Amino acid sequence: MKKILLFTLLGLVAVTPAYAAGDAPVPPHQDWSFNGYNGTFDKGSLQRGYQVYKQVCSACHGMKRISFRNLAALGYSEEEVKALAAEYTVMDGPNDEGEMFERPARPSDAFPSPYPNDETARYANNGALPPDLSLIVKARPHGADYIYGLLTGYEEHHGEEELPAGQYWNKYMAGHKIAMAPPLSDDMVPYEDETVTTTEQYSKDVTSFLAWAAEPELEERKRIGVKVILFLIAFAGVMLAVKRKIWASMH
Amino acid sequence: MSSTVDKKGKGETRRDFLYLTAAAFGAVGAGSVAWPFIHQMNPAADTLALSTTEVDLAPIEEGQAITVMWRGKPVFIRHRTAEEVERAKSDDKADLRDPETDEQRTKPGHEKWLVMVGICTHLGCVPLGQKSADVKGEYDGWFCPCHGSHYDTSGRIRKGPAPKNMAVPEYTFLTDTTIKIG
Amino acid sequence: MGSGNRKKFDNPIVEWVDSRLPVFTLMNKEYGVFPTPKNFNYLWNFGAIAMVMLITMIITGITLAMHYVPHVDHAFDSVERIMRDVNYGWMIRYLHANGASFFFIAVYIHIFRGMYYGSYKQPRELLWMLGVVIFLLLMATAFIGYVLPWGQMSFWGATVITNLFSAIPFVGDSIVTLLWGGFSVDNPTLNRFFALHYLLPFVIFAVVFLHVWALHVAGSNNPLGIEPKGEQDTLPFNPYYTMKDTFGVLVFLIVYVAFAFFMPNDLGHPDNYIPADPLVTPAHIVPEWYFLPFYAILRAVTFDIGIPFTDITIITAKLGGVLAMFGSIALLFVLPFLDKHPVRSAVFRPWFRIALFALVIATFLLGMAGGKPAEGIWLYVSQFCSVYYFGFFLAIIPFLNKYEPVEKLPPSINDAVLDKNIKANAYFYAGKVK
Repeated sequence: MKKILLFTLLGLVAVTPAYAAGDAPVPPHQDWSFNGYNGTFDKGSLQRGYQVYKQVCSACHGMKRISFRNLAALGYSEEEVKALAAEYTVMDGPNDEGEMFERPARPSDAFPSPYPNDETARYANNGALPPDLSLIVKARPHGADYIYGLLTGYEEHHGEEELPAGQYWNKYMAGHKIAMAPPLSDDMVPYEDETVTTTEQYSKDVTSFLAWAAEPELEERKRIGVKVILFLIAFAGVMLAVKRKIWASMH
Repeated sequence: MSSTVDKKGKGETRRDFLYLTAAAFGAVGAGSVAWPFIHQMNPAADTLALSTTEVDLAPIEEGQAITVMWRGKPVFIRHRTAEEVERAKSDDKADLRDPETDEQRTKPGHEKWLVMVGICTHLGCVPLGQKSADVKGEYDGWFCPCHGSHYDTSGRIRKGPAPKNMAVPEYTFLTDTTIKIG
Repeated sequence: MGSGNRKKFDNPIVEWVDSRLPVFTLMNKEYGVFPTPKNFNYLWNFGAIAMVMLITMIITGITLAMHYVPHVDHAFDSVERIMRDVNYGWMIRYLHANGASFFFIAVYIHIFRGMYYGSYKQPRELLWMLGVVIFLLLMATAFIGYVLPWGQMSFWGATVITNLFSAIPFVGDSIVTLLWGGFSVDNPTLNRFFALHYLLPFVIFAVVFLHVWALHVAGSNNPLGIEPKGEQDTLPFNPYYTMKDTFGVLVFLIVYVAFAFFMPNDLGHPDNYIPADPLVTPAHIVPEWYFLPFYAILRAVTFDIGIPFTDITIITAKLGGVLAMFGSIALLFVLPFLDKHPVRSAVFRPWFRIALFALVIATFLLGMAGGKPAEGIWLYVSQFCSVYYFGFFLAIIPFLNKYEPVEKLPPSINDAVLDKNIKANAYFYAGKVK
């Protein structure tokens, strides 16, 4: 049995997919509040992160899988969600005359994307397509650590060849060349609470927000998961007792 | 699970207790697993969020009706004539299968507007009566062609197999000419 | 399945049904009093575990299909809607996605158990071959299912694997076009994959039925590999093995659920959370972990095979890889006819035991190599291990047929169970019986 367990473990090591590491280093592990078997999101951080997303990222990056109603999970009341939604304009229609028209967003609307299509987005961004951020944390190896690393990983160019125009050097980007200019700088977004307004803090908050956007079910999942596992362990214990009892009576 | 001395009798009691515990765990487990697989069929969060519709009433002239979609169902909005309102009110005291006054079925100050889910309460067909050329039934309201239910100008069931009046959805007047259904 | 000599039931309703359709008699015969060797160890749980996983996959799969949209424009979005908006949709989807992995874990252990204790040998050859058919169907179903979320890995995995068939001489390209229903992996491909992914599990279910039927004709093998000689060697299946299987299933479920709830994406690939893009190939296309050994065998053939000292190529590297990959499974299929050694269980075959453990290690190394780019040291590892894999079946087993000594076997299961010396010497022999 021991050997089997050993091989099973070996197998799990073996199957960890090989990521396209390129020459980018593994981003350092951050101490996220949502890590661990009982991790939860820090709502204050999510709200600040939403503010950073709204004032900085949303200029180029959409978030089409999130609806305004989802923002209630950040701790906003129904009225606040309505007000937040109304800050955006969405296209609706056709109306009775067959025309499309613009109206303020409602909670049931998804976040409008900054560009009408990928071609416009590419054209406006020097040929690079700013990815939709709804799933970005799940869609990258090392998830939140990578996003945080990327946002804080802009450095002076230290390669030998010249960087092409519109490219920046980033420590954690595969190949180190990234088309996104350093998006954050100290004091660019005023926070309403006492939180410091540094690039690191912005990066931390907006990454938390994006982690929530990618996995809004995370808290519920972990909460239910703990219950399910405790139940199964207890059930297995009872069945072990039953099994032993029965086998003990074998003649 | 250290096994204590299994004297006869005591051992059997313990076994019965174990079986019962195991069965209870099995039952609780099966029940808990079943729920998510049933609940997934209920309306999803995005479906529930789409449950309000705003309607502009301004273009509807007196005596006309429109049908709008709300939660995948047709909603009849009728701009009733004074005569129709009068008739509906005078029938309040008639022998109704599902007694409701016209006042209960409209909003105060907006009595000329009748808003209701346009689905026959018998078996779910959409009654006729929205277009001026439609058959409107014996009570000049709506007539369901499927099994012959007659509704009056307040959408109340008067004759035929339907058990209830056509349902009035939750709605509010945002302005004099806009309503929000849901 | 006839009624035979049926025993009366006390419950009148049961009796009424059973006298007309003897399902209760059948269940009692096959799962109640069914005589089962008394010396199983916990490796014998994995058949039941695989069955539980099959049922789990069918239930979660049918519920997912209630929300999934098999269209290239909506597939990815509909999966995200399941994850975000459908009630408990995330739970059902994560159970399904991780369930595939744990189904394979159960099946791989089940196959290993069959090989270690010689369960494929006479009279259980057909039972084993039906098992390999199930394994093949399972691989097809899993591959097709991975395409459905229509992420980058779905799309490019589908492209690469369907392109394998283009290696077939003369008709390869036509076959690939037929599989695709077009000139690339596109909407027709997704539609038919969905249809097949819904169908195949029920085909698997039918073959599992035959597999279990064949099992109940020959009876179970056991760690000693000797047939039960009478009542003293067996136990009624219920309650001894029903309770033991339930316990084993629960322990397995704990690990499975831990993944589904706490590490739901660790066995997957981040690229599959990027919607499919036919214009951009991910830097490394990696199949799901359970295919990696076979993927490594596929990529191990990097050379054309031709007539020596001429330029004539008989088998291109591409075709060679495909043949090797399918050949590796075909060898499993014919294993009962390759291994002619009279002793079943590896407990009494020390030479075979070493060769089999080496095969397990080679398969793990192949799995690791399959996850790495096919270059440098990993290419040599996969080539070396592939040679060993084929050598095991085609050279080592015939060699052992001839030269491995035939040890003296215990007189009966009961004697062995009571004899401490045999227990002490037996590898993997955990038939703890008081």
